[in-house]
Amino acid sequence: MNVVSFIASRLLQMVPVLIGVSIVVFLAIHMVPGDPVELMMHGRATPEGLAAARAELGLDQPLLVQYWNFISGAVVGDLGTSIVQKAPVSEVVGERILPTVLLLVMSSIFAIALALPLAIVSARRADQPIDHAIRLGGMIGFAMPPFWIGIVVMLTFGIWLDWFPISGYGRTFWAHVYHLVLPSFTVALFLAPILLQSLRAAILDVMTADYIEVARAKGLSERRILVKHALRNALIPVTTILAVNIGWLLSGAVVVEYLFSFPGLGSLLVRAAGQRDYAVIQGLSVTFAVLVLVVNLIADLACMAIDKRVARA
Amino acid sequence: MHLSDPAKAVATAVPLLEVEDLVVEFRQRGRVVRAVNHVSLTLGQGETLGIVGESGSGKSVLCRSFLRLLPSPPAVVTASRISFNGQNLPDLTEDQMQAIRGTDISMVFQNPMGALNPVWPIGDQITEGEVVRGRLAPANRRKRAIELLTRVGIPAPELRVDEYPHQWSGGMVQRAVIAMAVAGAPKLILADEPTTALDVTIQNQILALLMELQAETGTALILVSHDLAVVAESCDRVAVMYAGRIMEIAPTDRIFVAPKHAYTLGLLGSIPRIEGGDQALEPIPGQPPNLADLPPGCPFAPRCRFASSACAGADMTLREVAPGHFSACIRANELGGVA
Ligand SMILES: Nc1ncnc2c1ncn2[C@@H]1O[C@H](COP(=O)(O)OP(=O)(O)OP(=O)(O)O)[C@@H](O)[C@H]1O
Ligand SMILES: [Mg+2]
Repeated sequence: MNVVSFIASRLLQMVPVLIGVSIVVFLAIHMVPGDPVELMMHGRATPEGLAAARAELGLDQPLLVQYWNFISGAVVGDLGTSIVQKAPVSEVVGERILPTVLLLVMSSIFAIALALPLAIVSARRADQPIDHAIRLGGMIGFAMPPFWIGIVVMLTFGIWLDWFPISGYGRTFWAHVYHLVLPSFTVALFLAPILLQSLRAAILDVMTADYIEVARAKGLSERRILVKHALRNALIPVTTILAVNIGWLLSGAVVVEYLFSFPGLGSLLVRAAGQRDYAVIQGLSVTFAVLVLVVNLIADLACMAIDKRVARA
Repeated sequence: MHLSDPAKAVATAVPLLEVEDLVVEFRQRGRVVRAVNHVSLTLGQGETLGIVGESGSGKSVLCRSFLRLLPSPPAVVTASRISFNGQNLPDLTEDQMQAIRGTDISMVFQNPMGALNPVWPIGDQITEGEVVRGRLAPANRRKRAIELLTRVGIPAPELRVDEYPHQWSGGMVQRAVIAMAVAGAPKLILADEPTTALDVTIQNQILALLMELQAETGTALILVSHDLAVVAESCDRVAVMYAGRIMEIAPTDRIFVAPKHAYTLGLLGSIPRIEGGDQALEPIPGQPPNLADLPPGCPFAPRCRFASSACAGADMTLREVAPGHFSACIRANELGGVA
């Protein structure tokens, strides 16, 4: 199977998943106790006002019709209107996708830069004191809530050392990167322990493979064996683990974005939830679902690029 | 041609490999497993030595210890001498050892399916050693790979050189591994059960290939095998291992015609013979000893039909019972009539 038809079939497979997600999100919002319109208006509206608002939002129609309206709008990119911001949800959400993607990319780069050397040292010195120290550090990092990590990072590098901004996003690309340093670093600290642990395990596993001994028997240096023969194979399970954990990573990013007042999907979600901006919450949920699916697709493509056997399967 | 002439039986004047008093132990959690126990042997230039023995007798560990491939810890290797081509291998640094691996001494392993890295093209893997050593310009890599694959009988190598291991059969991969082993023009090839994982028909082809390459290049070969028939066909001399020791070492024809160790007799009794179909196969009764708790004296004594009380205190050094024929059995001379 070639790459194009693989991608096409995977995109097709996303359709039922997204329909499922939309149903769950739709039902969740409509089943929760309390009338969204009343909540939205903070109980200060007249009955006429409520009815008018319901009619405007289409909330007076049967559930099935409402869902149909939602889904038929969604396929053409219309996710409804944000009552709070008085703007189309697609716009409100759309302008925040790039910052969040940027945050995720930079966090991943930081996390890899952090975890890869440590995992190599840990695996090369397995069960020696340095390995135990690294793994203990990883465990401590793993146990820290992202909010706490964020506050420590913010205080240390943002306020005490005053190296990087602690909020905002900037206007140019490099300003974005500059503003992203601390939030990304926080997410990286949160992500690195998982990466470290899975990389270490994968390297140790690969190093017992027959072809590693064959590589040794042909006179390669340990360094070359690790870099050329072990790491590439070890990246395959790690990529999968990362993709599986993307939802968890996003949940960390949400908190961190909020903490750093970063204009991404996460801080929008926190705000929309506080304001009961249902259309936005709905739109965000679908966006997150698409993000997760796309990341998984990218991970599969990466595995295919690394290992030709995967391409055939 | 393969059955040795007596001149070859005694190792030639300048041996290629001389191993003296080699001991390999695995020390783990307070347990000491002695996998190779005071092994001494000599291998001449271009000679083929077969090593046979039951599973767990230390054949693979012995071969790996020459190349310093055993993981340490837990492996602890000691030897008075492992002299190869005038160098004492235990004295070499890790870098010097790396320079010997794949060039002076190559190894072919038992399981071809795991022997190649799944994520690199086969051609790149068989030329990697030469490229890394600067003996081959990267630009000539593909050409050299095709040349090597041709040498080991891969059909249409120019079409297959860029393929990945999963696209090849076990027999073909083993050919590629052999190509990799001969690429550096080694003086010694250690073949650790190179055919055990393959179909019977393929086994013969691979063995024939090894023999052919050996005849072409004059490299020495240590051929480890479970299969006495394989060894009988292809080796000048045979060493019989049991519980980490060499029990008997002799020219091939002598081992089969006049074995001088009770264990060898037992092994011969347990191979199927096509002629004499009425002759029942008798496996050696009992189990090999626990390598973490070896009995004193002859380790085979507890299973031996001919054991006497003296065996438990036997001196296990090899004694020459006939020219070039060494046995550790204290009753070697009484065994003559049994075969
Ligand atoms: N890395 C290791 N750690 C601990 N013990 C080991 C290790 N490698 C081998 N051994 C032990 O050394 C002994 C000899 O093993 P070896 O692989 O040399 O046997 P073998 O003669 O090659 O057997 P086979 O015919 O099954 O390949 C076995 O008891 C084995 O359990
Ligand atoms: Mg073995």
